[in-house]
Order: sequence, then structure tokens, then C-alpha cells
Amino acid sequence: MTTLVLPLLLADAIAAEDPATRFIRLLTVFLLAMWVGFEVITKVPQRLHTPLTSGSNAISGITAVGAIVVAGALTSGVGTVLGFLAMVLAMINVVGGFVVTHRMLAMFQPRKK
Amino acid sequence: MSSQAWINLAYLATSMLFILAFKLMTGPRTAVKGNYLGAAGMAIALIAAGFEQDVVGSVARNGSWPLVMLGLAGLIGGGIGAVMALRYPMTGMPQMVALLNGLGGAASTLVAGAELWNTQSKSMLTGGDQEAIAVAAAANLAPWTQFVIATALTGLIGAVTFWGSFVAFAKLEELPRFKKAWTDPNRHWINLGLALVTLLLIWGLCANPQSVALYWLLVIVGSILGCTLTMPIGGADMPVVICLLNSYSGLAAAAAGFVIDNPVLVIAGSLVGASGLILTAIMCQAMNRSLVGVLFGGLGTTTVATGDDVYAGKVKSASAEEIAMVLEGASRVVIVPGYGLAVAQAQHAVRELANALEKRGTTVEYAIHPVAGRMPGHMNVLLAEADIPYEKLREMDDINPTFPETDVAIVIGANDVVNPAARTDPQSPIAGMPILDVDKAKTVVVVKRSLSPGFAGIPNPLFAADNTLMYFADGKKAVLDLTAAIQRG
Repeated sequence: MTTLVLPLLLADAIAAEDPATRFIRLLTVFLLAMWVGFEVITKVPQRLHTPLTSGSNAISGITAVGAIVVAGALTSGVGTVLGFLAMVLAMINVVGGFVVTHRMLAMFQPRKK
Repeated sequence: MSSQAWINLAYLATSMLFILAFKLMTGPRTAVKGNYLGAAGMAIALIAAGFEQDVVGSVARNGSWPLVMLGLAGLIGGGIGAVMALRYPMTGMPQMVALLNGLGGAASTLVAGAELWNTQSKSMLTGGDQEAIAVAAAANLAPWTQFVIATALTGLIGAVTFWGSFVAFAKLEELPRFKKAWTDPNRHWINLGLALVTLLLIWGLCANPQSVALYWLLVIVGSILGCTLTMPIGGADMPVVICLLNSYSGLAAAAAGFVIDNPVLVIAGSLVGASGLILTAIMCQAMNRSLVGVLFGGLGTTTVATGDDVYAGKVKSASAEEIAMVLEGASRVVIVPGYGLAVAQAQHAVRELANALEKRGTTVEYAIHPVAGRMPGHMNVLLAEADIPYEKLREMDDINPTFPETDVAIVIGANDVVNPAARTDPQSPIAGMPILDVDKAKTVVVVKRSLSPGFAGIPNPLFAADNTLMYFADGKKAVLDLTAAIQRG
């Protein structure tokens, strides 16, 4: 067992940065993205707040990427089933969100009678 | 370049496209483009995820069926989403948004749960082998507190989002069981207790990072908390709740990004988190209430003058013909819609009324209060559905200075947002709340079913003002009657 697992773990260890570095890297990304978000979104006018809500809603379905990674790896049966379910729910969120935003924005366009 | 580098490059492209999508949301025309870019960014990220090391490795071992399974899941979910989005009536948008939001939160909870399960079964490979465990620990592969906390937060926020959104959906759909806000006096203690249990469970999970049972216990407590936090919140505060839940669903995705070390989840999640937080702040400001007040308060119950004192003998009720005569003499009319308009489904009738007035050369504009309705921007969507051009929908700060030059202001189904007591009576529970200054118009027509108070539960001196005419009827019927009267005249 050891002989089988050890090289695997060591390979991982060489590829992995230390957890503190990794955490701070992600934290940096998180805070900078928040900042960009605040800057960009404060400029959205009130009349588009509903499409903004539904559009950002669709983007929060990005968690589908996570579902692909955890389910696609087929590491454990339960993990795969959970990932599969996550994929279904996240994709309802993604497709539903973008389509409903499109429908709403279409109503804001001047229409020819 | 390694394949991981390509994948990260694709994620970078996705992140840029998402930011652009938000940036293009500044105008209705560019927003359509933005929405396409957002969808394209999502597609790129989903394809790139299929090339992640874990997935490619698993395809090499198991053949293409992991991809087939994921594709199937995507098709099922995408199909359900598309049908829902196309079929759901436009007037039910607040519910639809709440529902979709909740599903995103639930997905993040499941992702973190799956990842925890996977790590646990990976470590079972080493099965108590002390040497392997020591090596793993030395290599820092052992779960690290920050990531355990991220896992816990994903589970918690995701569960709160899902159940909170579900309750919000039920309230907006006006399901009978959820119609009345839950106002048990002990609710604060219940919530406090649940919050303490949550902290305890997070602490427990840090001590036993591989305990799947503790994770699901946390998810269950989060689910209860999602319900108990949302149930006391009344209908008029729904815009705040929708924004906040929107923010949570983003934060849950960002936390999931920390768990699986994926930058695109972190970026997209924090963009959505920021968006929801800003909207929450705007909504609270527009009601002149603190977030804490909305979430835990309910309005203060200081007794002010009752309706009888304010209204006694001063309320003038008018007929459709009388109001039509006033409207015929007007050169500028401002329509003020409120949630009552949405309930009465009067948006198309309003459009006809505006058409009839415009045919006579009257200028017609619409004054939109930021919290009118049940979600941010609700009135804009409602009126846009009736083909009313968005240029005529004016925001509060923009239109308020023009009320003194307005001949007639027609208030349809709005109450608290036009209550001048907010400006004049410092004792009023809504004192200081920014309102639409309709009382400054030469004549105010208020379409309302009765003199019953709005959400704030206080009388509105506007109804008793000298320049106000009340028209007591259902919003849609009233507007149709007015239109008919104008067309006859």
C-alpha cells in the first residue's frame, strides 16, 4: 500500500505550493475581484437593477465548474452523485439566469409596432 | 505551456468577460451584449473545467463516461432552466430570481460536500498507514484550517441561501402558509441559538476536518437558519432580501472556489457577492433603514396619529369623469406606480391611459422609487413589459425637482413611498426616508382600494391634502375607467 500511495503523495507535494501561500493567493484574488465588482456595479442605473440581479444570479452558477471537477474525477461514489446533483442545479441556475435576463432586456428595447 | 496553464488562461478570459458583462449593464442596449458575453464566459469556463487534471485523469482511467455523465447533468439542468425561464410569466420575475438564486446556493453546498467526501475517501487509501500519513502531513497535504473553514462556510452559506430563497419564493408566490410574517417574540433567541450551534459545528469541523457527518449537520442547521431568518421579513422588505440572498449565492460560490482551489469560482463569486451587497445597501438607503433593522427589526411600533385623526372629513373622493376633466387640462402628468400596480396587473392599462393623454398633447412621465415593488427595479420591468419606453421612466432624484411644475401626479398602488410625513414629521417611523414629492404637484390623484395603511402601518397625510383627489377602486379598473372617460371627453 505504502509503495503505491507514497509516490502519488510526493508528486502532489512537489506540485503543491504551501497552504498559506495558496490561501493568500486566493484571498488576494477574492478581495481584488470584490473591489472591481464594487467599482463596476455602482455605475449600473436603477432601471436595470432587475436584469443586474438575474444576470449576476446566472454568473453565480459558476459553481458548475466546481461540480465538473468534483464529479468528473470519479473519486468516490457519493462524491460523484453529489457532484452530479450540483451540476444539474448549477446549470438550471446558469441557463435559467441568462435566458431570463435576455427576455427581460428584450423588453427594454424600443419595439416597432 | 502545460495544460493547466491553458486552463488558467481560459479562466482568466472568463473572468474578464464577466467583468465586461457587468460593465455593459449600464445601458439597456449594451446590456444585451453584456449578457451574451457573460454566457460566453460561462461556456468557456465549463469547457476548460472538462480539461482539469482530475477530470482528464479520470477519463484516462474510466473512458469517456465521466464526460457523458456531466454532459447529461448539464443537459438536464440547462433544459429545466431554459423551460422555466421561457415559461415563467414576466410578472413573476421576483419569484423566479429567488428560485434560481437558491439553486445556485444549493449547488455550492453540494460541491463542497462532494469535495469533502472525495478527500476523505482519498485519505482512506492510506488507511491508517502511519508512514504515509506522516509524509502527507509533512507535505502539507493534511487539511488546513483555512480550507476547512472555507468548506464549512460554503456549506453554511449555501444552505442559508437555498432555504432563504425558498421562503422568499413562497412569500412572493403568496403561498397561504407563508403569507403572514413569522413574528414569534422568541425568534431572536432561536436565531441566536442556531448561530451559536453553527459556530460550535465549525469549530468541531476544524478539530475533525474529515468528519462528513459534522458537515451535513452544519448544512441542516444552516437550512433551519435560512428559514428562520427569512420568515419574519415582510413583503415590502423583499427587495432587500432578494439582493442579500443574491450576494450570498455569490459568496457561497467564492467559498467553494477556496475549497477546490479554483480562481474563476473565487472571481465570479466575489463579483456577484459585491453586486448583491451594493444593491442591498441601495435598497436599505432608499428606505432609510439599516440592514440590521430590516433583517431583525420589523418597523418600530411607536404609536402615531391614527388614520381617523389625519383623514377626518378632509379626504375628497372623485369620480372618473371629474378626474378626466382635470387630466384634460393638464400639460404634464407624472404617473407613480407602486406594488399595487403589479398586484392589479395594471401595466397595460396604464400604457393605454398614457397613450390617450399623449394623443391630446400631454407629456406623460413615470416616477420610479427605488424600492417600489418586490425586487430592485421591479417597476421598470413591469412597465417595460407594457412597452413603455424606458426613457420615460425617471428615477427619484431626477424627477423630484419637477413635481412643482407637474399638473397632475397619478399615484397607482403606492403609499409609503409618497408619504410626505417622511419629510415633515420627525416622529414618524419613516422619518427621513427619501420619498417622491408628489404632494408638490398641482393636483394629486391617488388610485387606491381603501384608506388602509401601507406596509409601514401609518396614515398618509397626502390622502387628506387639499390638492389630492382619491379614486377608490382596483388599480386596473380605475385606470381603464379613467382612460374611457378621457376618450369620451
